[in-house]
Amino acid sequence: MNDPAQLLPGTLDLLILKAVSLGPLHGYGVLLRIGQISGRALLIEQGALYPALFRLWRQGLLKTSWGTSENHRRAKFYELTSAGRKRLQEETKGWKRLAAAMGSALATRAEEI
Amino acid sequence: MRFLAYFRSLAARILHPSRLEKELEEELRSHIQCRADDLERSGLPRPEAERRARIEFGGQERFKEESREALGGHLIESLIQDLRLAFRRLRNAPGFTAVAVATLALGIGANAVVFSVMNAMILRPLNVPHPESLYLLERGSDRTASQSYPDYVDLRDRNRSFESLAAYAFAQAGLDADGNPSRVWFYEVTGNYFEALGIQPYLGRLIHPSDEHGPNSAPYIVLTYAYWENHFQGDRGVVGRVVQLNKHPFTILGVTPPGFDGTFLAFHPAFFVPMVNHDEGGAEELYARGNRWVDQTIGHLKAGVTPSQAVADLNSIGSYLEKTYPKDESQMTFTLGRPGLFGDALGTPLRAFMAGLMLLAGLVLLAACANLGSLFAARATDRSRELALRIALGASSARILRQLFTEALLMSLMGGAAGLWGSVVLLNALSVWNPLPGIPAGVAVNPDAHVYAVALLLTVASGFLFGAVPVRQVLRTDAYGVIKSGTTGAVGQRLTVRDLLLVVQIAICAVLVTSSMVALRGLARSLHGNFGFEPENTMVAETDLHMAGYSGGQVPAMQKRMIDAMKNLPGVKSVGAGGGLPLGDLGADDSIVFTDSTADLRPSHAAADAFLYSISPEYLHAAGTALLQGRDFNWHDDPNAPRVAIVNREFARKVFGSPTSALGGYFKAPDGTRVQVVGITEDGKYNRLTEDPHAVMFLPLLQSPSTETYLVVRSDRDPLQLAAAMRSRMRELDRGLPVRIQTRYQAMDPILFPSRVAAAALGVLGVMAAILSITGIFGIAAYSVSRRLKELGIRIALGARRKEVLQAALGRAFKLLGFGSAAGLLIGILASRVLALIVYQATPRDPLVLAGVVLAMLLLGLLATWIPARRALSVDPVTLLREE
Repeated sequence: MNDPAQLLPGTLDLLILKAVSLGPLHGYGVLLRIGQISGRALLIEQGALYPALFRLWRQGLLKTSWGTSENHRRAKFYELTSAGRKRLQEETKGWKRLAAAMGSALATRAEEI
Repeated sequence: MRFLAYFRSLAARILHPSRLEKELEEELRSHIQCRADDLERSGLPRPEAERRARIEFGGQERFKEESREALGGHLIESLIQDLRLAFRRLRNAPGFTAVAVATLALGIGANAVVFSVMNAMILRPLNVPHPESLYLLERGSDRTASQSYPDYVDLRDRNRSFESLAAYAFAQAGLDADGNPSRVWFYEVTGNYFEALGIQPYLGRLIHPSDEHGPNSAPYIVLTYAYWENHFQGDRGVVGRVVQLNKHPFTILGVTPPGFDGTFLAFHPAFFVPMVNHDEGGAEELYARGNRWVDQTIGHLKAGVTPSQAVADLNSIGSYLEKTYPKDESQMTFTLGRPGLFGDALGTPLRAFMAGLMLLAGLVLLAACANLGSLFAARATDRSRELALRIALGASSARILRQLFTEALLMSLMGGAAGLWGSVVLLNALSVWNPLPGIPAGVAVNPDAHVYAVALLLTVASGFLFGAVPVRQVLRTDAYGVIKSGTTGAVGQRLTVRDLLLVVQIAICAVLVTSSMVALRGLARSLHGNFGFEPENTMVAETDLHMAGYSGGQVPAMQKRMIDAMKNLPGVKSVGAGGGLPLGDLGADDSIVFTDSTADLRPSHAAADAFLYSISPEYLHAAGTALLQGRDFNWHDDPNAPRVAIVNREFARKVFGSPTSALGGYFKAPDGTRVQVVGITEDGKYNRLTEDPHAVMFLPLLQSPSTETYLVVRSDRDPLQLAAAMRSRMRELDRGLPVRIQTRYQAMDPILFPSRVAAAALGVLGVMAAILSITGIFGIAAYSVSRRLKELGIRIALGARRKEVLQAALGRAFKLLGFGSAAGLLIGILASRVLALIVYQATPRDPLVLAGVVLAMLLLGLLATWIPARRALSVDPVTLLREE
């Protein structure tokens, strides 16, 4: 397996929103979920997750509640708000457009110009 | 939604900082525990798993800080941090803090006081409903506000522009409410006065147009709230009570609401009486079209009428009146002015002076800011090592600047609070201060919301202003260079911002010193100027016989008795009586006169408008007015004798062409009577010290009677003893006569008051500016000496003489002082033109003033550089060089 790819700036927020959209998660859970859905291809520094979570919470995209984790530890769970859901849809669209544009740009060959 | 979330997070951070902090802590711990659980499951022992989990997590503190930032409220938190640091820094430099706070307190306090006075006198409208549409009628080219009563009635009834035109006149009377008569100032008002202004009664009812049915038909009196409180103890039973006014019964109708003090600023009437009951001069004066004693006419413009339309309307009435009454009317053109002061006559110089004072106060604050700016810059230089270290450790320059500004603002807020506190104390004292005994003058200058707002604005602005001075210097800080070499940049010979600030500040100081010296000199001269009478060794007893019920032939008889009674007092040299007092609290009466050859006695043909004083024989001698030619009056100049007058030189020049041809000549009074000039006196000052020579005629008291009586008593006795003797003698003559006794100088107080206030205000500002300059020069001199100690030490070691050392150390400071003083002196001389409007003989072209300013600035410089100079001279090269 190749080395995990560094995240592009701005993509962490989108990944968090996606991960949380699949069900309420605590911080460490978010990390595991991102690893799982990205096929362990993306590397996230563990501590860097929290500033991003708080930023999203402050923006009203996530809501939080304290609960108990699967291994019986007290943990803070994150959930999407309706604003968060809307944002996730928008960003997903934007990302797809960007990825498609990048893909077609990078696939260009000399004779096609 | 997002806003809401943001504020929720902000509120949580501000209100429950510790809870959020704990949650953050717990969340991160829970994360690491979870990770450790996973690692343990994969086979690691627990301690090792926890260690690995912590390492994988990364720098906890950094992420915590970033999380806090992400949570918002970071700005406020760092502000609190900055504040804490600023407090600590200020506490560690108590001397610097005290000087800075005191400097600012002076500057901001001075501005708050001056602004508050300006606010009360000029900016704040009268305390009546809808003051914005209230106007004062001004007449003629010199914009006087006074009208005659018949003219007022015509203007009121014929105009189509005003809701309702009301008028009032200032008057004095003896009020007897409890058997103890006292002299009281009040307004005579037209019946519609309260209605036109929209004033509602506090108690009882107010005067109403339906009360008026011709002369003396409305013996009613309405008290002001303040007078009711102070003299009737707030007794609600006063309504309906009968009091004696000049020995006539008047019924109290009611009380005006608190806060309503009449419609003239700085003059608070005790009560209001209908104008139809005009007493002095009676119905005859009330209906005399040419007698313009009604002081002010005011009214609200109708909705939709512009001031220029109203002026056109009034002017058409004016030209109608001029055509209909050619004998009495002239100059019937109108302008509209602001009510509250005597239109533009008093308003313009006052406004100019207040604006000037505000400017000077602003300059003082600017000087204070310049001072603090250079202090801050010096501190920033001394801190450059610390700042460099912080920059090297990664502090952003924005953060460092924020810290500097926090410190500056904190200081300016402290100074502003102290200054405002001081000014509130001072203003409250000023508000209850009655500067002129016997006259209900004084302005409520208590600060209001405007004053607080301005003070806050100035505080914040000055904080930013002096905080900004070191900014460039900080931004240029080269961290590497500073830390390496330990020096703080070269002492440049280039002109720095700090030098410029100091020059500006010294210039401001010189301006203020110049203007206060000009004002003080003017005041000193005005006290010993030539008034046309000799105030030394003179007492004045003032009474109005009318108030005690005298009339007709009783008046001159009583006046003669009073003169004789005063003459018999031991130590009295001469006594005279006059119907008016030059430079007293009331303006002189005036009357137009015609040359003897004029046949058509229309006002426009008048030869002069002369002040008029009725005087007894010997008055001129008692007053100390020199009779240049001719004879004094005697008691035979009575109504049966030919009409005679004594005139001043200006009168003679104006009416007869030259003083010499006047004696024995005749002129005509407005009613056509021929009056012979029997004497000529010197010119003098009559209404104001700053006035130009004015024509004056003195008429015999018997031919031109006056109930208002000023007894002028010349003696060489002690004024206090004499006053007591005079008072008891007057009481023997008539117990019911309200009398005021004062020295001639005291009687001039109302006239001298403006120049005194001007001199005092400028003096205070001048002293403030001087203090600021001293600290400013001291700061820069001390700084320059301490920076160059080593160089000075070497110079001394090489054998430099004291003079050379001093020149090296302080030459620059003195050069700046010279520049600043010269510039300030120049500006001050220019600014003194405004002063000349208020202060008599205020001229900067006075060698004493010029010398005084130069000397003061020099003294200031010496005082400020004394300590730094001592330090420079006492440098011991051996110890200094050993230390290095």
